[in-house]
Amino acid sequence: MFSFELLRDAVLIGVLLGCFYAAVSLGLSIAFGLLDVPHVAHPAFLVLAAYVVYFLNEHYGVDPLLAGLLITPLFFLFGLVAYRLYYETFEKRGSDAGVRGIAFFFGIAFIIEVLIILQFGVDQRSVTADYVGKAWRIGEMRIPFRLVVAFVVAVALTVLLTLYLSRTFMGRAIRAVAQDQEALRLMGANPIRIKQWAFGIATAVLGIAGALLIIVAPVEPTLDRAYIGRTFCVVVMAGLGSMSGTLVAAIILGVAETIVLTLFGASWAPAISFAMLLGVLAVRPQGLFGRRS
Amino acid sequence: MKRTGIYFWTGAALFLGAALLMTQVIGNQYPFFAGYVILQFIVLAVAWSILGGYAGYVNFGTAAFFGIGVYTSVFLFKATGAPLPVQIAAAAAIGALMGFALGLLTLRMQGIFFSIATIAATIIIETAITNWRYVGGAAGIQLQRPAVTAPFDNYVEMLFFVQAMLVVLAVAISRYIQRSWMGRGLQALKDDELAAECTGVPTLRLKLMACVISGALMCAAGAPGAMYLQYADPSSAFNLNYSVSTLAMSLIGGTAHWAGPVIGAIVLGTTQQLLTVTISSEVNVLVLGVMLVLFVVAAPEGIIGLVRKVRRKRNEGEG
Amino acid sequence: MKRRTLLGGAVAVALLGLDSAALAQQAPIKIGMSMAQTGGLAGGGKASLLGIEVWRDDVNAKGGLLGRKVELVVYDDKSSASETPAIYSKLLDVDKVDILFAPYATVPTAPLMPLVKQRGMLLIGNFSFQVNSKVGHDMWFNNAPWGPADSWASSFLDLGQKAGGKSIALLAADQEFAQNLAKTAREVATKLGMQVVFDQAYPPSTVEFSGILRALKAAKPDIVYVASYPPDSAGILRAVNEIGIGDNVKLFGGGMVGLQFGTVMENLGSLLNGVVNYNTWLPEPQMYNDGTKAFFETYTKRAVEAKVDPLGYYLAPYGYASGQMIEQAIKAVGSLDQKALAKYLRENTHKTIVGSITFAADGEWKESGVVQAQFRGVKDKNIEQFRSPGKQVILFPAKLKSGDLITPFEAARK
Repeated sequence: MFSFELLRDAVLIGVLLGCFYAAVSLGLSIAFGLLDVPHVAHPAFLVLAAYVVYFLNEHYGVDPLLAGLLITPLFFLFGLVAYRLYYETFEKRGSDAGVRGIAFFFGIAFIIEVLIILQFGVDQRSVTADYVGKAWRIGEMRIPFRLVVAFVVAVALTVLLTLYLSRTFMGRAIRAVAQDQEALRLMGANPIRIKQWAFGIATAVLGIAGALLIIVAPVEPTLDRAYIGRTFCVVVMAGLGSMSGTLVAAIILGVAETIVLTLFGASWAPAISFAMLLGVLAVRPQGLFGRRS
Repeated sequence: MKRTGIYFWTGAALFLGAALLMTQVIGNQYPFFAGYVILQFIVLAVAWSILGGYAGYVNFGTAAFFGIGVYTSVFLFKATGAPLPVQIAAAAAIGALMGFALGLLTLRMQGIFFSIATIAATIIIETAITNWRYVGGAAGIQLQRPAVTAPFDNYVEMLFFVQAMLVVLAVAISRYIQRSWMGRGLQALKDDELAAECTGVPTLRLKLMACVISGALMCAAGAPGAMYLQYADPSSAFNLNYSVSTLAMSLIGGTAHWAGPVIGAIVLGTTQQLLTVTISSEVNVLVLGVMLVLFVVAAPEGIIGLVRKVRRKRNEGEG
Repeated sequence: MKRRTLLGGAVAVALLGLDSAALAQQAPIKIGMSMAQTGGLAGGGKASLLGIEVWRDDVNAKGGLLGRKVELVVYDDKSSASETPAIYSKLLDVDKVDILFAPYATVPTAPLMPLVKQRGMLLIGNFSFQVNSKVGHDMWFNNAPWGPADSWASSFLDLGQKAGGKSIALLAADQEFAQNLAKTAREVATKLGMQVVFDQAYPPSTVEFSGILRALKAAKPDIVYVASYPPDSAGILRAVNEIGIGDNVKLFGGGMVGLQFGTVMENLGSLLNGVVNYNTWLPEPQMYNDGTKAFFETYTKRAVEAKVDPLGYYLAPYGYASGQMIEQAIKAVGSLDQKALAKYLRENTHKTIVGSITFAADGEWKESGVVQAQFRGVKDKNIEQFRSPGKQVILFPAKLKSGDLITPFEAARK
C-alpha cells in the first residue's frame, strides 16, 4: 500500500506534527536542557495550561491562542515560585538532587492531575476557534489548519527563544549559567536569580504550548503521562539546551511517527520513536546538537 | 557481625513461619489479596534499590521488568502449562538477561540519561507485547489457574506465601550486597564513578552484577502476577504506576540501608491498600503526590534517615 | 367471637409493631462493586455509578428491599485490572456484601470472574465484553446490550451491505475493547463476502490522525468501521472533517466509544453529522419505557453537581436497570439466596427502563440491544440539542427504526 503521494503527505503532516512536539518541548529544553532540572512535571504544567485556556475559551469566549498568550505572565510567576521551591529543597542542599528531584516533580504532577479532576471533572475538553476543524487545500492535498497554527507558533517560539538566548544580556547569562555557574558567580552575578528567571521563561512558554495542546487535540486530566516520554525524547535527542535542535529533533520524531503510522504497521509507531531515542543515546549521548563534548 | 546475622535469619524464619501460619489459620481471603500486593512491592522496591540506591542508577523501567515477568508466566503457562516455580525461575532468568542489557546501557549513559533510556525501553517492550497476538495482544488474555498444591487450600494463599519467600530472598541478597565488598564498591561508584574506577574498583563488573540481580528479582516478583490476576493485559502489566510507586517506596524508606525500601514499601503499600478501600477516589492519587513531595522535602534520607537522626540526637543528649 | 377477633387483632397489631421495629433495625442489604473513579475509564464509571445511586435512592424511598435499606459499597479500581481481585475479596470477606455488581468495562472485570465463580456469587456485569466465554460462570448476567459476540459488527456491516458496500476498512485502537470489536468485524466481513482493504490498529495516545486517515482514504473502501476510544474518536472525526475520507465511502463509524458522551458530542458538534455509530440508549420516542423519563429527570439534576456526563445516555440508565433487575429478583425470590436469584434472573424476562432484558445461557443478553444511529443536523456547541429526538436517527434494529440511512457519507455530512 505504498505510494509516493502517501509518503509525501506523511512527511508533510509529520513535519507539522513535529513542530507541535517542538512547541510543547521547548520549555523543557530550557528547564532540563539548560538548567538540569529533572522536570517530569513539565507535561502536567502543560495540561494545566491547556485547562486554563479551555476555561477562558469556554466561559469568556477568548480565542485559545490569545488565552495562551494572556496566561503566560501567570505561568511565568508560577515558574518563579516552582523553581524557588525546588532550589530551596534540593539544589541548595547539594548532593543527589537527581532522584529526589524526579520524585518531587512526580509528586507535583500527581497533585496537579487531581486538582484538575476536582475542578473540571474527568471528561475530555476541547476548544472552539475558527481554525479548529478546517483544512487548507493545495490541489488534492488537504492540511488541517490546527497543524498549520502549531507550525507557525512553534517556529516563532523557536526563533524568539534562540534570539533571546543569544542576543539579550539575560539570555546570554542563562546560557553562561548552564555552562559554568561558578565562573558567573565570580563575575558578580547571582546564578540562582538567573536560573529562576530562566525557569520562569520555561514555564511561561507552556502557556502558549498548552493552548496548542488543546487546539491540536482534546485534553483530559491524565494526558500528561503520555507526554513525559515524548517531551524528554525530543529534548534529549536534540541535545541539551539547543532550541533549534529541539525543533529539528521534534520534526524527526513527528515524521518518523507519521510515516510508520501511515505506511507501515500503525501499532508499532511508539516503539519506532523510542527506539530512535535509544539509538541516539547509545551512539551520541550528547544528542544530535548537544552542547557537551 | 555474627550476631546480627543470627538475628536476621531468625527474623526471616519467623516471618516465613508467620506467613505460612496465616495461610493455615486465617479463613478470610482479603488479607492475602491485599498482602500479596504489598509483598510484591517490597520485592520490587528492594530490587530497585540494589541498582537505584546502592549504585545511584535511577531505573524508570520497573514496569518493564514487572510486565515481562507477568508475560513470561503467561507465555509459559499457555505454551506448556508450566507450574509456578518454573514460571518464576524462567522470569528471573529473562530478567537477568534484561538486566544485563540494562547494564550495558550504563556504559554509555549516566544520570538522567540512563533514566530516560529506561523509559524508552519500557515503551518499546510494551509495544512489542501489545503486538504479540499469541499472549493476547492488546485485548488481554484470561488464564485458568491449575489446582492448588498442599499444604495450601487456596491458590491466593499459596501465592502469598511464594511472594513472602521472594521477599526473604530479595532482602537477603540486598543485605548481603550491602555488607560485602560489592556494597562498598557500589557506594564508591555512586559517589564518584571516575574516581572509583581509578582506584581500581571494577565498576563495569559491579554495575552489571547490580543490574542483573535487580532485573532478575523484579521479573521474579512479576511472575506470580499472572496467576494472581488470572488475566493479563499490556496496559495493566506495564503500568507507569509500578515504576513510580517503586521509586517512591524506596525514597520514602531511604536507600542507604537495605531495610529502607522494605519499610517504605510497607508504609506506602499499606497506605495505598487502605486508601483503595476507604477514601477510594482521586484523593488517593493526591495522597501519593503529597507524600512524595513531603518526604523528599522534609526527610530527604527517608524514614531510615529520620530514625538515624533521632538516634544520633539521643546519643548526643546522653553523651 | 367478638372478643377473639379483638384479641386476635391486638396480637396482630402487636406482632406487626414488633415486626416493623425489627425491620427498621435490620442491617441494610449491601451491594458491593468497584468502579473507575480515576484513570481512563473514570468518565464512564462515574456516570454509571450515578445511575446505580439514583436507583438506590428510588428503592429506599419506596421502603427498601425485603424491608431492608439498600446500601452501596463502592471502591475505586483506578481503571486497572490489578486492583479488582483485592477489592472484591474485601467486599466478600470483610464487608460481607450480599450482592455483587461488576465494575464498568472489560479490563477490571476480567480478573475477578474466576474469584466470583469460585465463591458461587451472582455477578451483574457492567458493559464488559465476552469475559465469561472462557470462565463459564453460570451466575453471570452481563447487563450490556451487546448480545451475541458478532451481532455488533453484523448490524453495522448489514447496513453497509444494503447500501451497496463491497469493501471495508478497519481502523481500531490497539486496546482491549476495540481489538475485540475489530476481530468480530473481520469475521463478519469474511462471512458477508466483503473485501477487507485496510486493517490497522493505531496505538493509544496517538496525537494526530491525518496521516493514518490519508492512508485509509487511499485504500478506497466502501465501508469504514472504526473502533476507537473517547480521546481518539474526537481526533479521528476532526481529521476526517479536515482531510476528507473520499466520495466512495457509504458508511462511516460503527464502534466509536465517546460519541455517546455529552461533553464529547457538544465539542464535536457538526462534525458528527453523517456518522453512523453504535448507541445503547437514545432519546427517540421508541426507546422510552416505563420510568425512563423520570430517571433522566433525576439524573440530569444530579449530574451537574456530580460533575459527570450531563446526558448520561450511554451507561447511566443501564446502571439503574441493573438495580431494577436485582430488585425484581429479590422481590420474587424473597431472599438473598444467590442460587435462587440466579435462577430467577436466568429464567425470566426483566422489564427495565432500557427495555425488556432476557439472558442467554452464557449470561449475555439473548438479543442484541445495540442501536446503530446516524447523526443528523447537529449544530455546534449545544448540548441541549441532543435531548430532542431526530438528532440521532435509528437505522437498526428494524423494530426501533426511526429513519433511513443517508449515503454516501460525504452527502450525509451536509
